[in-house]
Amino acid sequence: MGKTLFRKVWDLHEVVPEGPEGPAILYIDLHLVHEVTSPQAFDGLRMAGRAVRRPDRTLATVDHNVPTVGRERGIEDELSRLQVEALERNAREFGIPLFSLTSPRQGIVHVIGPELGFTQPGMTIVCGDSHTSTHGAFGALAFGIGTSEVEHVLATQTLPQGMPRTMRINFEGDLPRGVVAKDLILGAIGQMGVSGAQGHVVEYAGSAIRGLTMEGRMTVCNMSIEGGARAGMVAPDDTTFAYVEGRMAAPDDFAASVERWRELPSDPDATFDREMDVDVPSLAPQVTWGTTPGMVAPITGRVPTPEQYEDPTDQEAVRRSLEYMGLQGGEAMEDIAIDTVFLGSCTNGRIEDLRAAAEVVQGHSVKDGIRAMVVPGSMAVKAQAEEEGLDEVFRTAGFEWRDAGCSMCLGMNPDILEPGERCASTSNRNFEGRQGKGGRTHLVSPAMAAAAAITGHLVDVRTFDAALAGA
Amino acid sequence: MEPITIVRSKVAPLDRADVDTDQIIPKQFLKRVERTGFGEFLFFDWKNEDFYILDRPEYEGARILVAGRNFGCGSSREHAPWAIQDYGFDVVIAPSFADIFRTNCTKIGMLPVVLPDEDVRTIIQEAIDQPGTEMTVDLEECAVAFPDGRTVEFHIEDSVRDRLLNGWDDIGLTMLKEAEIGAYEAGRERQGPVTTVLL
Ligand code: SF4
Repeated sequence: MGKTLFRKVWDLHEVVPEGPEGPAILYIDLHLVHEVTSPQAFDGLRMAGRAVRRPDRTLATVDHNVPTVGRERGIEDELSRLQVEALERNAREFGIPLFSLTSPRQGIVHVIGPELGFTQPGMTIVCGDSHTSTHGAFGALAFGIGTSEVEHVLATQTLPQGMPRTMRINFEGDLPRGVVAKDLILGAIGQMGVSGAQGHVVEYAGSAIRGLTMEGRMTVCNMSIEGGARAGMVAPDDTTFAYVEGRMAAPDDFAASVERWRELPSDPDATFDREMDVDVPSLAPQVTWGTTPGMVAPITGRVPTPEQYEDPTDQEAVRRSLEYMGLQGGEAMEDIAIDTVFLGSCTNGRIEDLRAAAEVVQGHSVKDGIRAMVVPGSMAVKAQAEEEGLDEVFRTAGFEWRDAGCSMCLGMNPDILEPGERCASTSNRNFEGRQGKGGRTHLVSPAMAAAAAITGHLVDVRTFDAALAGA
Repeated sequence: MEPITIVRSKVAPLDRADVDTDQIIPKQFLKRVERTGFGEFLFFDWKNEDFYILDRPEYEGARILVAGRNFGCGSSREHAPWAIQDYGFDVVIAPSFADIFRTNCTKIGMLPVVLPDEDVRTIIQEAIDQPGTEMTVDLEECAVAFPDGRTVEFHIEDSVRDRLLNGWDDIGLTMLKEAEIGAYEAGRERQGPVTTVLL
């Protein structure tokens, strides 16, 4: 019987197979480290007198906590500063390369791995961050881990792993106008629910996925965890190889590597524990209305009411979400006014995302009273955008133009929502308080976020021009 | 980590589904570089909400937390299980857990117990109606004993159970495989990108 992409990568990394003694021990090719989930792991190493086994397979950056303005002044928040300094100290002590606050390569960990060419097909990649699934876009097995596991990988370059189940989500058909990668994944999560893929590694397949750029595929894989998946993967193909070629860390024997990578896609007769189909041609741009990423609707739709649900647990969850979100249920999605727009994060902070948003913004301005900010995913993305003049487009329209980091995606730095503020956000989580206590988040694609900034409410990017003219 | 065998204690109820790690320990508390002291910030943003009752005196000393489905979804932050453990819990019971959260629990010596929906409902209701009722979670037998004497078995992988029962350190166990790791590395040494070229 044929093997899945997942199984091929797994088998290539089994140091010790699963047995009566315990789960398989997998070798980890690349370990990405950031300031928030690592200090306790390094402390653990020190206490046990252990070294980092493979500093040459480890890469650190600061992203979660860092300010996105006025970096030259250092970090004002004392605890944030201590955390960044702790990582600097740990990196030095254990010999790990680090992009710290003022490095031109600094950025969100899931943006810099691919952009520097470290993320390659067929690898195992882990990081103390649940959106590590992003790297699966290259056909790598990439997943988030906790701090104890970070310590485990630092010490042994391996991880014990139980065998996950496999699932394939098929996205067949052409993308309708205005529908992008973000809408594909939000639509899939809406369909299967936030724990729909629990315990599974998901392979995203189908013509719509094949047609995406690498950045689009990263957006899809990024949100695997929002569907509960352990990891998400896309089979590597010519699009993948073309992206990796020429990047800083691309293999020297590139042609030979491509030959190996061509073996990775799932065999035609491979079977999955589960399959799900998403009807791509019927999708519209997606917007979340509630406090989990599964509470999502097409922009053309309405906010649901609790009574529309059968299960009492669901009814209660919807009731509470609506209350938190300050919504009645039943209103048209397009009638929801917003006061903040956040463009950025590891989901949608790449150059193509900024281009898509800039295209919408061009020639318009941010509506009065709306706070809108662009936070590029990395300093390299920022530099590229400036070279293309995108910063000018955003600034002229009234957006703030920031330095790279996680920023308002989780609001650990000063970029947060105030209680009651409502944000159209290109990030990945709309949990209660995620972007600031009492803040209300609507997840959207970059172009949808840009259109919302201009009109001041959630709006269909396909018709917002007409809506503006009529207003 | 501390071994877990049998936990007999009061049960603290959290009648919510999809509790995410942002709720368990809000991000403003993730800036600490220590591993302890997170307990006092557990569910910080919920402290004044009506449904949040597990800090009532009736539940003081409870070592078992019971909650709704998909518990621990969202961010991979191990600060979430640290906070729950630091608060005093040794066991979390739910109909389902998010994968990373579940793994994180077992790495720090906290036991995640998956029970069928109806059983969890019963426990939550019981804990709300009769605060202070005790239950027993027995990891050796993989069974939960209800106050009415009924017992329900739960499943946990043998290797995880052994580790929790003995309080074994996972890293130490893996290090016993040094020969295998070394041999594996020798075979693939030239594959994959090397980060230290950046130094
Ligand atoms: S951008 Fe948001 S989701 Fe991505 S790594 Fe940063 S905090 Fe996590």
